[in-house]
Amino acid sequence: MVAHAIFFYIFSIIAVISAIMVTVSKNTVHSVFFLILDFISISCLFIMIGAEFLGMIMLIVYVGAVAVLFLFVVMMLNVAQQKNKWFNSETTSSTHIPVGLIISTIIFFELIIVVGGWKYKPELSDQNTTQISNEISNTHSLGQILYTDYIHIFQISGMILLIAMIGAIVLTFRKREGVKTQSYLKQISRERSEGIEVLEVPSNKGVKIDD
Amino acid sequence: MTEIGLGHYLTLGAVIFSIGVIGIFLNRKNIIVILMSIELILLAVNINLVSFSIYLGDLTGQVFTLFILTVAAAEAAIGLAIIVVYYRNAGTIRVEEIDKLKG
Repeated sequence: MVAHAIFFYIFSIIAVISAIMVTVSKNTVHSVFFLILDFISISCLFIMIGAEFLGMIMLIVYVGAVAVLFLFVVMMLNVAQQKNKWFNSETTSSTHIPVGLIISTIIFFELIIVVGGWKYKPELSDQNTTQISNEISNTHSLGQILYTDYIHIFQISGMILLIAMIGAIVLTFRKREGVKTQSYLKQISRERSEGIEVLEVPSNKGVKIDD
Repeated sequence: MTEIGLGHYLTLGAVIFSIGVIGIFLNRKNIIVILMSIELILLAVNINLVSFSIYLGDLTGQVFTLFILTVAAAEAAIGLAIIVVYYRNAGTIRVEEIDKLKG
């Protein structure tokens, strides 16, 4: 139990510090790196608590795909170095930073109060439908209910991913001007009459083609 | 202190959620960091769902975490595509200069 506590504190402190660094670091590339560190420590927590499949999926999806996507976009858009300060801006005197701080502090204390007050509702825990069994692994039991009870939601999430993929492609697609491409319609609708020309060649004069 | 319970994980989720909300408000640089803050918020939600799922012995929370992961990935892809298109058109993605909608 002590080892569990030690690992929990290590991973959660790393997660919190890297989450703070995501928001306050001046270089956007550093923000992405701290986001990756945050995801890795949270997935370590997931694996430690007993949700191995979600921890691994978190590593694959977030660190492998989403964070690398962020990194590519940051590098492509050339916004890595921003010279302005992050807390006070020169152009506009923004008044929403203290408001944001107040709102997020209130949200934090509300969540803490929820954590404390939840203990007085112990009958909520009696309503579970899918018990976690200790005989089979986490991945096995997730698969057993994911492909049976939640199959429609699973397919809808696949649809969401498909629509997101199509949307991203359609949004960033652009037709470039001045690029030589093959036009299939023009190729197959060519007639013999416009392809060749039969000329009478006068003797000793020749003909001029391609003029 | 050495007994890690549900409250510890929920507190961690609350801290990360609040850091994400602060990051949205505090951000003066570019809109990519706002998207990253939204990812942090979704991460905090995932922590809450997984810890409730483990400590209540109910597997449904982990299934819903999987779906949140899907939606977060789709949201990141679409958001980054919109940012790329906006940068191509406007030449900047600084938060202060994105005022086309006059909001």
